[in-house]
Amino acid sequence: MAQDDPTYFNEMLTGSDVRAAYENLGRWQAEMPADLRSLKQSEAEQLFRRVGITFAVYGEGGDPERLIPFDMFPRVFTSEEWRKLDRGIRQRAAALNAFLADVYDRREIIRAGVIPEHLVTHNEAFEKAVVGMRPPKNVWSHIVGIDLVRTGRDQFYVLEDNCRTPSGVSYMLQNREIMMRMFPQLFVENRIAPVDGYAGLLRKTLASVAPPKCEGDPNVVILTPGQFNSAYYEHSFLADLMGVELVEGQDLFVEGDFVWMKTTEGPQKVDVIYRRIDDAFLDPLCFRPDSMLGVPGLMNVYRSGGVSICSAPGAGVADDKAIYTFVPEMVRFYLGEAPILENVPTWQCAKRDDCKYVLENLSELVVKEVHGSGGYGMLVGPKADKATIELFRAKIEARPENYIAQPTLALSTVPTFVEEGVAPRHVDLRPYCLVGEKIELVPGGLTRVALKEGSLVVNSSQGGGVKDTWVLAE
Amino acid sequence: MKLAVRHVTRYGFDTPVRRLVQSLRLWPSQFEGQTVLDWTVDTGSAIDGAGFRDGAGDWTQTASLRGPVEVQEITVTGTVETSDLAGVLRGHRERVPPSAYLTATRSTAGTAELRALAADALEGMDGATVLDRAHALCRAVNEAIEFVPNETEPHTTAAEALAGGQGVCQDHTHVLIALAHAVDIPARYVTGYLMSTEDSVGAEASHAWAELWVDGLGWVGFDAANACCPNDAYIRLGSGFDAGDAAPIRGVVDGAATETLDVSVGVVDGARQSQSQSGGGQEQSQSSDGASQSQRQQQ
Amino acid sequence: MLSRTASHLYWMARYIERAETTARLLQVGARNALLPDIGGGYRNDWDAILRASGSLETFREKYSEPKQRNIETFLFFDTDNPASVYSCIASARENARVVRTALTSQTWDALNTAYQELREMRRTERSKMSLTDLAEWTTNVCALVRGAIDNTQLRNDGYHFMGVGFSIERADNTARLLDVKYYVLLPSLSYVGSGLDQTQWVTLLRSMSAHRAYNWTYRGEITAGRIAHFLILNRQFPRSLLTAVQGTCDHLDHLARGYKRPSQAQSTARALLAELAEAQVEDIFDEGLHEFLTRFMGLNAGIAHVVQDTYLTGEPA
Repeated sequence: MAQDDPTYFNEMLTGSDVRAAYENLGRWQAEMPADLRSLKQSEAEQLFRRVGITFAVYGEGGDPERLIPFDMFPRVFTSEEWRKLDRGIRQRAAALNAFLADVYDRREIIRAGVIPEHLVTHNEAFEKAVVGMRPPKNVWSHIVGIDLVRTGRDQFYVLEDNCRTPSGVSYMLQNREIMMRMFPQLFVENRIAPVDGYAGLLRKTLASVAPPKCEGDPNVVILTPGQFNSAYYEHSFLADLMGVELVEGQDLFVEGDFVWMKTTEGPQKVDVIYRRIDDAFLDPLCFRPDSMLGVPGLMNVYRSGGVSICSAPGAGVADDKAIYTFVPEMVRFYLGEAPILENVPTWQCAKRDDCKYVLENLSELVVKEVHGSGGYGMLVGPKADKATIELFRAKIEARPENYIAQPTLALSTVPTFVEEGVAPRHVDLRPYCLVGEKIELVPGGLTRVALKEGSLVVNSSQGGGVKDTWVLAE
Repeated sequence: MKLAVRHVTRYGFDTPVRRLVQSLRLWPSQFEGQTVLDWTVDTGSAIDGAGFRDGAGDWTQTASLRGPVEVQEITVTGTVETSDLAGVLRGHRERVPPSAYLTATRSTAGTAELRALAADALEGMDGATVLDRAHALCRAVNEAIEFVPNETEPHTTAAEALAGGQGVCQDHTHVLIALAHAVDIPARYVTGYLMSTEDSVGAEASHAWAELWVDGLGWVGFDAANACCPNDAYIRLGSGFDAGDAAPIRGVVDGAATETLDVSVGVVDGARQSQSQSGGGQEQSQSSDGASQSQRQQQ
Repeated sequence: MLSRTASHLYWMARYIERAETTARLLQVGARNALLPDIGGGYRNDWDAILRASGSLETFREKYSEPKQRNIETFLFFDTDNPASVYSCIASARENARVVRTALTSQTWDALNTAYQELREMRRTERSKMSLTDLAEWTTNVCALVRGAIDNTQLRNDGYHFMGVGFSIERADNTARLLDVKYYVLLPSLSYVGSGLDQTQWVTLLRSMSAHRAYNWTYRGEITAGRIAHFLILNRQFPRSLLTAVQGTCDHLDHLARGYKRPSQAQSTARALLAELAEAQVEDIFDEGLHEFLTRFMGLNAGIAHVVQDTYLTGEPA
């Protein structure tokens, strides 16, 4: 194994000692002949391609059906580590939902002076159209994806919250499927908590927020922008696992009090829509009039209680990077608890003092756009050349309110198969928390890994791969 | 004043469309300045969806028609007792925070020219109240844009209208909203009816104006086209960020057809003899499936 | 089932069948081109093939000369030609991809592999591939997909929508192939019964993988009457019009039973089946083979239309 860099927390090793959770894996890897490894690697790739799990990156051209690289070396959490994460994630999901319910209702957190009003209401993600709404169970964000990084044994930070339609859960499920198929022995030797209950749990969650006008077993559907969307595979995969229809806007129509789906047996009422399209495209009669992806009149049915939309339109105001700073405050304000998970310290360039600090320390900071996502429009100071730093300096000076900055985090590493054998690579984690009648999450998540040596960017659009994520059973 | 309204909107399609769905906001607002005596919205053979009052206080309802549809006619008739509150929207129940109306849209996006006009209008008014500043902005818009029908289009933006110096009430309203935003005053687009008099501009009774948020008073209406505040000759229907967002009728058809729109609106003093004006034959083209229609306030 | 899902399955099947027909047309054309030039000769033969595949206009816009190499490329690989083998397989595969979860992995694999191979072939030097190989490859992969469907797909409504697609397309295609031969290929009626006529019939039979089957059934002599009987009215031949329409009826019956609701599509298809079941070859020739085939294709398209209205739009007529 390659020499370890002590500035980064290695999740498998302390010095040269292998942590207990990784003992079996260490042996497994050491005993695996090189030729078997490459055989297994290509087998894994074939399996991924066979099931059709592919990923398209907007604007990158090339093969629209390329694979995200899969690394066979799993990432492991002990049950003790997971217990803390589990509590922290559920706490955060509860606070984010309480925040959404509040800002579209009485806005107490603003009245109390905890969050400045303009950050919430003068925000593109704030939907005037749903003010005063109370969705079923008062849940706004039903699937909360929380991006976490680890920097030490007990040190985790939340990088960002995803309250709209976090993607990637199909990889969590498929990575496990493929590992179980290729290395069944590993699952005998290690007691690994299963994740395959996710689809059932998701369906239960969605059914639990059926609208007031729904009688009997609710008809749940997934609404996709269509086959050209980069996450289409995931949409169809989830629909299949849950046993629900995957619909496009053109498959639905509004008539009377309800939304209907066009089937071979005539119109069928739809009760719960798990939408994977953005607010702006949901309904041309309420939002963008040129949207061809949505359903005309959908919002009127939603607002009069005829259908549930998950996540609720307007939920995006909770995962804005400017709001992110206040999430620990939300936990205290709504739940009266101390936050279990910490935020990364963040400088708001909109604040004069913060901005000054950021401009003085650009080469050490990570700078992000407030509304950006997917690792685009991001500066990683220590890895950037002079020209890029100056470019960002100009951008920040021109529109400071568009940027935030964070310290460059020493992301933990996990052993990863590389050309020469096994070497530490940086990882993050996205667990998926489901919020309905109850708040639940399956033990696991999506581990993304930066495959390039030294790289801290794990986004699949920028050379990131994925790993199976294990939580050891107690 | 007792105002009687008859408002007929007729959509015709040269090729029958498969489906038509419309979102209607054609009911008078509930506030101290107006009391509905009677009001009906007849959507013909359309299926009415459940109505609801949205966060901005507007009653909204869906009407849908299964095809083939060649003609859809919506008839609004009613009588409203109005009183003059000098533009103040007193007693209106709504839940959207005023600060949400600082958000600009494509139609109301600010530019250097718009900001300059706002600054000019407010020159020397540093200590003035928000109300006085709002009046100054309203006057500035009235002076900057001459009322001339058919010079602008439904998609004309505030910046374009200002550059052209001409427009209809929609343009006046967009420009006033942009100016208000430039000086951090929340502002929004309001639709309704106006009983025309010899003094008021335009030939039609469908009307639009702006509301600006004045601390202490709440929302106050400003009709920049007529350089005044709405009085008892106005009936208020609903509001939004801009003309598109506030449109009393928003619709989408499923099918490719060329659409013709005929609107006739009459608003008269309920105590006097009735009269009706008609505007018509405005062509809108729909190129493809799911094209959207959005009725424009003509004055 | 979602109407759009049903529609994708139905069209997937139609495109697979159509790809096969284009390949068979190519075989007919290539073989006929080897025959001596009589009357309009070579040039007319290819015109007839292009006309039968409905792409004569597109071809003429694109190529000035009807050289065989051009026509082969056009009918096999050209993406501008919606009836080319490549276009059909790509469309079938795209329809399948959208409803991937409604297909078994065997069905998907068969179709997806065919598509990937075809993409490879497209990059291969044309002179390294013979037309016969290309045509054979096509009929083989189509058989593979069909086999996967028959052996692994659940017999639910989706299966029957695929079945309806296959049958309707096949009925149309057989009628087209036959029409090409009789109406278009032969330079003039005086050739009926001539040596050329005979040779062309044999080519047609070969293209439908039916030459030997014909011989088994009819013992030798090839006459227009027997061939018409074979291709139109024979219940044993899988590509005959009667067999195809029977298939359409069967699948529509299954659908109606499953949905517990008789459909207009059923009665429309049954009317056509009844006519064919009663028909005699003599009646067909009295009406005129071309006239009969034209009318048949119209009625068959009528069934497709009713299927569309009944099931695929989501709002039953």
